[in-house]
Amino acid sequence: MSLGLYIHVPFCLRKCRYCDFVSYAYNRNDAELYLNALNREMEYYAQRRLDFNTVFIGGGTPSILETDHLERLLYSARQHFQWTEDAEVTMEANPGTLTEEKLYVMRRMGVNRLSLGVQACQQSLLNTLGRLHDYQQVIQAVQIARVVGFNNINIDLIFGIPGQTLHQWQKTLATVMNLQPEHLSCYSLQLEEGTPLAEAVAKGKINACPEELELQMYNDVIDFLIKKDYQHYEISNFSKPGFNCEHNITYWKNNQYLGVGPAAHSHMQMQRWSNTTELRQYANNLMDNDLPVVERHHLTRQDAMSETVFMGLRLIKGLDLDQFYRRFGQGVYDIWPQQINKLTDQDLIEMSEGYLRLTYKGLRLANQVFVEFV
Amino acid sequence: MSVSQDRIRNFCIIAHIDHGKSTLADRLLELTGSITGREMKDQVLDTMDLEKERGITIKMQAVRLFYKDKNGEEYMLNIIDTPGHVDFAYEVSRSLAACEGALLVVDSTQGIEAQTLANVYMALEHDLEIIPVINKVDLPSAEPERVKEEIEDVIGLDTSDAVLASAKTGQGVDEILEQIVKKVPSPKGDYDSSLKALIFDSHYDSYKGVIPYIRVKEGSIKKGMQVKMMATGAKFEVNEVGVFRPAPTVTEELKAGEVGFISASIKNVKECQVGDTITNADNPADKPLPGYQKATPMVFCGLYPVDNADYDDLRDALEKLSLNDASLVYEPENSDALGFGFRCGFLGLLHMEIIQERLEREYGLEIITTAPSVVYHVYTTDGSSTTVENPSNMPETGSIDRVEEPFVKATVMVPKDFVGAVMELCQERRGIFEHMEYMGITRVMLTYKLPLSEIVFDFFDHLKSNTRGYASLDYEMSGYKETDLVKMDILVNNAPMDALSIITHRDKAYYRGRSLVKKMRKLIPRHQFEIPIQAAIGNKIVARETVRAMRKDVLAKCYGGDITRKRKLLEKQKEGKKRMKQVGNVEVPQEAFMAVLSVDDDD
Repeated sequence: MSLGLYIHVPFCLRKCRYCDFVSYAYNRNDAELYLNALNREMEYYAQRRLDFNTVFIGGGTPSILETDHLERLLYSARQHFQWTEDAEVTMEANPGTLTEEKLYVMRRMGVNRLSLGVQACQQSLLNTLGRLHDYQQVIQAVQIARVVGFNNINIDLIFGIPGQTLHQWQKTLATVMNLQPEHLSCYSLQLEEGTPLAEAVAKGKINACPEELELQMYNDVIDFLIKKDYQHYEISNFSKPGFNCEHNITYWKNNQYLGVGPAAHSHMQMQRWSNTTELRQYANNLMDNDLPVVERHHLTRQDAMSETVFMGLRLIKGLDLDQFYRRFGQGVYDIWPQQINKLTDQDLIEMSEGYLRLTYKGLRLANQVFVEFV
Repeated sequence: MSVSQDRIRNFCIIAHIDHGKSTLADRLLELTGSITGREMKDQVLDTMDLEKERGITIKMQAVRLFYKDKNGEEYMLNIIDTPGHVDFAYEVSRSLAACEGALLVVDSTQGIEAQTLANVYMALEHDLEIIPVINKVDLPSAEPERVKEEIEDVIGLDTSDAVLASAKTGQGVDEILEQIVKKVPSPKGDYDSSLKALIFDSHYDSYKGVIPYIRVKEGSIKKGMQVKMMATGAKFEVNEVGVFRPAPTVTEELKAGEVGFISASIKNVKECQVGDTITNADNPADKPLPGYQKATPMVFCGLYPVDNADYDDLRDALEKLSLNDASLVYEPENSDALGFGFRCGFLGLLHMEIIQERLEREYGLEIITTAPSVVYHVYTTDGSSTTVENPSNMPETGSIDRVEEPFVKATVMVPKDFVGAVMELCQERRGIFEHMEYMGITRVMLTYKLPLSEIVFDFFDHLKSNTRGYASLDYEMSGYKETDLVKMDILVNNAPMDALSIITHRDKAYYRGRSLVKKMRKLIPRHQFEIPIQAAIGNKIVARETVRAMRKDVLAKCYGGDITRKRKLLEKQKEGKKRMKQVGNVEVPQEAFMAVLSVDDDD
């Protein structure tokens, strides 16, 4: 079974207006503090002699780290852990903070997949989201990345932005096609509680995207990308053949992963745990030779089965029934017969060729399906 | 301790909520040494948590205390506590029947309130000696003279001897005790004649069975005696005789004039009805004491367990509550929408809320309450008539000749500046103006005939908010009147939902229907299909709203850090679904069944 490594980089130039991830305003001193602590944490886990098939460096904005810091981070990750030979190594980047130099370092240190937060082509929408880059920078970043040798590039897009029109969305899709990305993540905007954007909507300063329009945008992106020879392989993810994101598939198949860095989550040996979100506490704990873990719980078999189903159903291909049986010694249908019958009657799920998967309708009402399996 | 009959004084306290009745009772207990300072918790007589929280007395208590007057003579005083809310007027009448005197406690910063007045009239009917007590005179805003005048004007009681008191500071409490001894007549009754004891209340003890609270009118009762309930004929052997001091204390016997309790292994509350007379089994009295009217429930609603599996627990809980609360009635009913439950009758809305809260709090039950209804008299075209206490049992529109609904005579006391606001409210609630009278120069007493159905909803809340809390209300039943009533059904996804049917005046049906379906649209969550919500009178649809179909409900992002949170979110969502009632293929939240109640609030 594959094992993933996630490294959280908790810095941004400024937090985007829709984002509820853990991140702090960047400064070099804090980055120094962070890297020292991160090195300690990885040193600790190094004793376990873990062999990772995938590595994902996310944030925050990993690309905000200065070149020498980037190199240090990747160096200590390589030093403490084994990566398999063909390991997929992704780094998230903000087009506004990428430089040729940084891209060279990343490439040299083994990063082979680049994930760019693009979100939209229109400046007005980027402003609504509070993004600190423009589309011109995206074009440049991709050009340089290609030159440097990145042949696996993901583009993140967002639809359902307040004020976004269907036309704008179609335009964005058509425009990013020029970049020939190997992978696209197209997320419908989630208004997370406590974010400035959610508050603006709650106060009526801007209007949330109507559901019908959002649905139309979702339908459009699926049709459009399939025509462009992308595979729709997860609710929000599309790829050219052979370019699925293996690291994320680890999550969806409910396999194991180790997360390091502030706020990082891990899932290993029937346990889930997470690190403190506070940078200072994270650093202090590690300097005191403590783990910065703030929450740890053991999963019951029931928990693990639930999670395997609702994560697995996110994949378009569905949940591998045989694999489930081998893992838990019980079939999905034996555990949830009524639920499966009901959802099948409601045309939300279907079983075929050894997989349980969401139907066309189920894909759009996935939460209604998932709730039946907890 | 035994005292002769002429040294016994039985009295109760009549007061409006917050006028200081319970505090005064506590002070009397303290001053007579019935309870030491250390045992003194605030308001000893209010034993239920709910009573303390709401500051009201629901359940009566009867406490015996001893008092040595200024001449050194020792007296036995029995205080019988009374509830202060209009819903419990019936219990007041019960406690009055066990007394010879009453303290009329009036807040000197407020004045007489509507319920106080009603209770005083009731006391006068029982020929009780009334001692006016002007309370809270320690407050800077006290106006004892104005309040005295008001008592003279409105009730016609002589207030020249009225005690100026402060239950809080203890001022005047001595004087109150002296006046009780001097003015309240001692009870009459022959120790040697056949036993006649009035059951004025009871409670249920899980070990001892039903414990009747009694006032012995004739003869005496002691342990080992064979007694008979005159109304039911049931016979018991007395195991125990006692008094409340305020803790239950066993005594030798209770003689004519005394108040206390007995226990006699009475297992069934039906064999020992409040209002009945207890007599000797072998030498019975020839006729029972005058009982009093049984409380008639005026408000009915359906109580259903959220989880159908809790039906038996709900039944057991209602049974237990009714042992302690003779005015609670219930019978099984079932609803297409809610499954098996009970139709329960209450004295009023507060009573209903209290029962509901006690079921949830003391018995840990989750229940759905349907909108309250009154009892309608329906005359059908075939010449027969029937009573309807559940709107869904209303006969077909075509077969109805006429419908009568209960009216009350409502008395509202209010400062004169708010007369307009009160009249407007009464008008809006189909009230018929009867009378207006000035009480002194600042306050006015308004009398209206109002349909009971209009006041059981939220009349009192509106009355309070429209008068900045100054108005007080009392009402009594005043018979049935024919009005133009219609039954309105609510159709959810084209099927009538029985638990939501209401009976309403035709003139208001359109408005209520419209606001009801609007409310329902907000309460019913979106489903995978469109749900029409309609209000209908017979076959005629008077209002319609639509809960739009849910087309998209999917979390776009779910990665390693989201899984636990996502699972918890799904669990919560599932929990919420569980609390809903599945009606046909629509999931309806509990709030929807109560929506009828607050329907006038918005829009």
